[in-house]
Amino acid sequence: MYNPGRIIISLVIFVGLMLFAFIYNIGNEKEPPELKKPDKKYENCVEPLEEIRASHMVLIDEWRDEVIREGNRKKVEIDGEFYERSLQNGCLHCHKEKEKFCDRCHDYASVSPYCWDCHFDPSAVDKTFLPSENGSEEEASTSHEEVH
Amino acid sequence: MDKTRRKFLKIAGLSAAAGVGAPAGLDMLLGRKAGASDHGGGGQAAQGGEHGTDVKSATGKRYGMVIDIVKFHNNPGLAEKCVEACHSYHNVPDFGNKKDEIKWLWTEKYANAFPEHSQYKSSSEIKAMDILVLCNHCDNPPCVQVCPTKATFKNEDGIVMMDFHRCIGCRFCMAACPYGSRSFNWRDPRGSKNDKPFIEKVNDDFPTRMRGVVEKCSFCAWRLPSGKDPLCVEACGDTKAMIFGDLNDPGSEINQVLKSRFTIQRKPSLGTKPSIFYII
Repeated sequence: MYNPGRIIISLVIFVGLMLFAFIYNIGNEKEPPELKKPDKKYENCVEPLEEIRASHMVLIDEWRDEVIREGNRKKVEIDGEFYERSLQNGCLHCHKEKEKFCDRCHDYASVSPYCWDCHFDPSAVDKTFLPSENGSEEEASTSHEEVH
Repeated sequence: MDKTRRKFLKIAGLSAAAGVGAPAGLDMLLGRKAGASDHGGGGQAAQGGEHGTDVKSATGKRYGMVIDIVKFHNNPGLAEKCVEACHSYHNVPDFGNKKDEIKWLWTEKYANAFPEHSQYKSSSEIKAMDILVLCNHCDNPPCVQVCPTKATFKNEDGIVMMDFHRCIGCRFCMAACPYGSRSFNWRDPRGSKNDKPFIEKVNDDFPTRMRGVVEKCSFCAWRLPSGKDPLCVEACGDTKAMIFGDLNDPGSEINQVLKSRFTIQRKPSLGTKPSIFYII
C-alpha cells in the first residue's frame, strides 16, 4: 500500500462522515405522527391495515387505471359498506381532514405526492383555494406571451 | 459428420435465398392485404357519407349526441345553462382571458362551427345563431393518434377520454383536433387574479386540473354507468334540445331521431367521423 497513513486517515474520516447522521441521531427516535382515524362507523379499510399502509399508493394507481381506462366504476364492498374507487370521493370520504391523516404521515416520511395538485380535500376547499399565488401569476403570463 | 466445402456452400446458399425470399414474399402478401383494407376503408367512408360508419367498439357501444339548434334558438339562455351545468361541475376555470379560455362546452357562430357549409346568401338569422359545440368524440379521433403518452384514448364505450394524470402538456392533441375542443391550462386553475379565483365556486366532487395539462369534455363518462345522461343533456330538461344515446343501438332514441331528421356533422370531410350531430 502506498502512503498507508494518508489512506487510512482518509478512510476513517470518510466512514465517520458517512455514519455521522446515524450516530448523531442515536436515541433521538422521532415518534410516528398520530393520525386522525375515521369515524367508528368505518372500522376496516378496503385492504388489511398492513397492506394499505405499505401500498396504498399502488392501490390508488390501480383504481385510477380501472376506473378511467377500463371504465370499471364498481364500488368496493367491505363489511356491507360501499366505497367508491376514488381518492377524493373514496378515501377522503372516511378519512376526512387530509391534513390530519395524509399530510401528517407524508411529512413524517418526507414524501410529497402530487395527488393534491388536482385532487383536494372536500372538507378543506376554502383552505386549498385561498387566493395566494399572486406571485406566480406574472411569471405565468409572461411565459404565455413567449409561446404565442 | 462430413463437412465438405461443397455441402457448406449449398446450405449457405439455400439459407440466404430463404432469408431474402421469405420476408419479401410475406411483405407481398401483407402488402396486398393492407392495400385491400385501405381500399375497403375508403369505400366505407364514402358509403357512410358524413355520418361515418358503424364501427363497433369493445362493448359494441358508441355514444353520440344530437343537438337541435332550432330548439336552442327558440329557448334563449338554454345554451348558457348547459355550459354552466358542465363547467361548474367540472371545476373548469375562467382565466378571464379569451386566449387562455378553457372550454368543455361552448358556443360558436354558424360560420365557425360549420366552415364546410356555405353561408352564401344564407339568412342572417342562421348566421347569428349561437351553436353549442363540444368534443365530437370522433370514431376516428386524431387526438388519440398523436398523444405520445396515451393520456387521451378511446374507451370501451367509444368515448374519447383523458387521463389527466398522464398528460405531459405537449399539446399535440390540440394541434390535431380540428374542432378546437381541447384547452390548455396556461395557468394554475387554482390560482387567482386580482383576488378573483379562477374557479369561483369549487365543486367538492370533482378534482381540478393543474397547470400544464390539457382538458376537454368527457361525455360525463363517470355519470353514464349509473344510467344518467351527461350534465348538459340533463340541463336541457324536457326541451329535448340535446339527445344522448348509443349510436350502435338500433332502438335508441338517438337513432330514431337520426333516422327521421336531417342532421349534419362538423367538418365531415376530414374523416374523423364525429359522434355529434346537429339538426339545423
